Amino acid sequence: MNGAVKVIRYELRDVLRSRWMLAYALFFLGFCELLFRTQGSGPRVLLSLVNVVLLLVPLVAIVFGTVYLYGSRAFIELLLAQPLSRGRLFAGLYIGLAASLAGAFLVGVGIPFALHGAGEPGVYGTLLVLALCGTLLTFVFTALAFWIATRFEDRLKGFGAAILLWLAFAIVYDGVVLVVAGAFADYPLERAMITLMLLNPVDLARVLMLLRLDVAALMGYTGAAFERFFGSAAGAALALSALLAWWAAPVALGLRAFRRKDF
Amino acid sequence: MIRLEDVHKRYGRLDVLKGIDLEFEAGTVTAVAGPNGSGKSTLLRIVLGLVRPDRGRVYFDGRPLNGDWRYRERVGYMPQVAAFPENLTGAEVLALLKDLRGGPAGVDEELIEAFALGPELGKPVRTLSTGTRQKVSAAAAFLFRPDVLVLDEPTAGLDPSASAALKDKILREKAAGRTFILSSHIMSELEELADRVVFLLDGAVRYAGPALGLAAETGQVNLERAVAQLMRRTAS
Repeated sequence: MNGAVKVIRYELRDVLRSRWMLAYALFFLGFCELLFRTQGSGPRVLLSLVNVVLLLVPLVAIVFGTVYLYGSRAFIELLLAQPLSRGRLFAGLYIGLAASLAGAFLVGVGIPFALHGAGEPGVYGTLLVLALCGTLLTFVFTALAFWIATRFEDRLKGFGAAILLWLAFAIVYDGVVLVVAGAFADYPLERAMITLMLLNPVDLARVLMLLRLDVAALMGYTGAAFERFFGSAAGAALALSALLAWWAAPVALGLRAFRRKDF
Repeated sequence: MIRLEDVHKRYGRLDVLKGIDLEFEAGTVTAVAGPNGSGKSTLLRIVLGLVRPDRGRVYFDGRPLNGDWRYRERVGYMPQVAAFPENLTGAEVLALLKDLRGGPAGVDEELIEAFALGPELGKPVRTLSTGTRQKVSAAAAFLFRPDVLVLDEPTAGLDPSASAALKDKILREKAAGRTFILSSHIMSELEELADRVVFLLDGAVRYAGPALGLAAETGQVNLERAVAQLMRRTAS
C-alpha cells in the first residue's frame, strides 16, 4: 500500500477522536436542528445556513489546521525520519486532515436534513451544492493552513497569519469591494468586480450557493454583478473552476514549502 | 558507514555548522557532545535527512544522500522528546510505523518486554507519562533492526532501571554490528557506551577521538570541562 494511504488512515483515527472535531460536527448538527425548528422548511434552513458555512468552515479549517500542524510537529519529524518521501507524507497528512474536517461538516449538516427531509425535491440539489462548497472551502483553507504552518517557524506568527488570512477573505474583502464599487459607481465596473470575485475563494463559494438559491439580492456586490454578466449556468461553471484553481494553488505552494523545509 | 564531508549549514545569519568532516564507522557507538547550540541536533538531523546541508556531502554506505528516502529503511531514530498523536494508543503508533516500514527482518520487540510496556501500549498517548513515552520512542527506534540508530539524548527522562535496560540493549546491538550515533551530556554514560566522542563547539569539531579514559585522563566529570582541559593540553 502507498505510504500516503497509511498516513491518512492513522491521521483519520487521530483527528476523528479529537474533541474539537466532535464539537465541530455537533455545532452544525445543533445549528441545523435549531433552524429546522425555527424556520420550518428545508429551503429557508439552507438560506440561513449559507452565511454560517461561508464564515465558519474557512475559519475552522485554517485555525484547526495550523493548531494541529504545530502540535504534531515533533511527530511529523519522526515520520520524516521514516522511509517515506516528503511528497507522500504531505499528501497523507493533508488529505487526512482535510477529509476529517469535511467529514465532520457533512455529518453535522447531513443528519438534520436526513431526519427532517428537505421539503421540496429541488432542495436536495441545493443541499448538494452547499455540501460541495463546504467541502471545497475546507480543502482550500486546510491547504492554506499547511502552507502557513510550513512557512512560519514561529507558531504565534503562524496563528496570526491564519487569522488575518481568514479575516481578509471572509470579512474584509467584501467590504472593500463594496467601498470601491461605491466610489466608482459612475464607471462600468462589472469586469473589475468579477475579477475581484475570482480572487477570493469565499466569494466564489458564495456565488455558487446563491446562483443555485436564486436570490441575487443576498449575493453581495460581486455576486450580483456576476449573475448579470454570466447568467446562472456559465457563472456557476466559471466559479467552480476558479474555486478548483483556488484549491490547487495553495496545495502546490504548501507541497513546495514542505519539500524544501529544514525540519 | 556514514561520512560527512565539509558539511555547512546556516540559518539566516547564524552559522550552525561550519565545515564538518566526520566518519561514523560500522559497528561503533559515536557520541556527539557539546554545549547547547553547538550544532549537535542539526548534525543528527542532517544524517536523518530532516535538514539539508548548504554545502558539503553526506555519504551513507558510500552513496551520497541526495534527497532519496530509501536509505532511511536502514535508520532508526529516537528523538530527544517523544511526541506522538495524542489520540492514538502506543500500539497504534507502533502499528503505523510497522505499516510504513515492516521489512523482511521482522521486528525486534525486546525493548517492549524489557520496559514492560505491554499494558501501557493500549492507552492513549496523552495519558502516558513523559518517561513512558520516551520508552515507546526507544522501542520504536529499535523495532526494525536498523543498521544505523540515531538516538538524541536517549536516557534523558528515563528512570534508572529503564536507562540501564536501554544501555544494555545499545551494547548488545553494537556487538551485533549496528552503528550508533547518539548525543548526550552525561560523562559516565559516554564512557560506558561510546567508542568515540565527537565534541562540537560553535559548529566545528573540537575533539574527535576515543571516549575511553577521557574523564580519568582529564580528571573532570563534566564532558565540557574534560574537552576544554584536553584542548588546553594539546595546545601547550
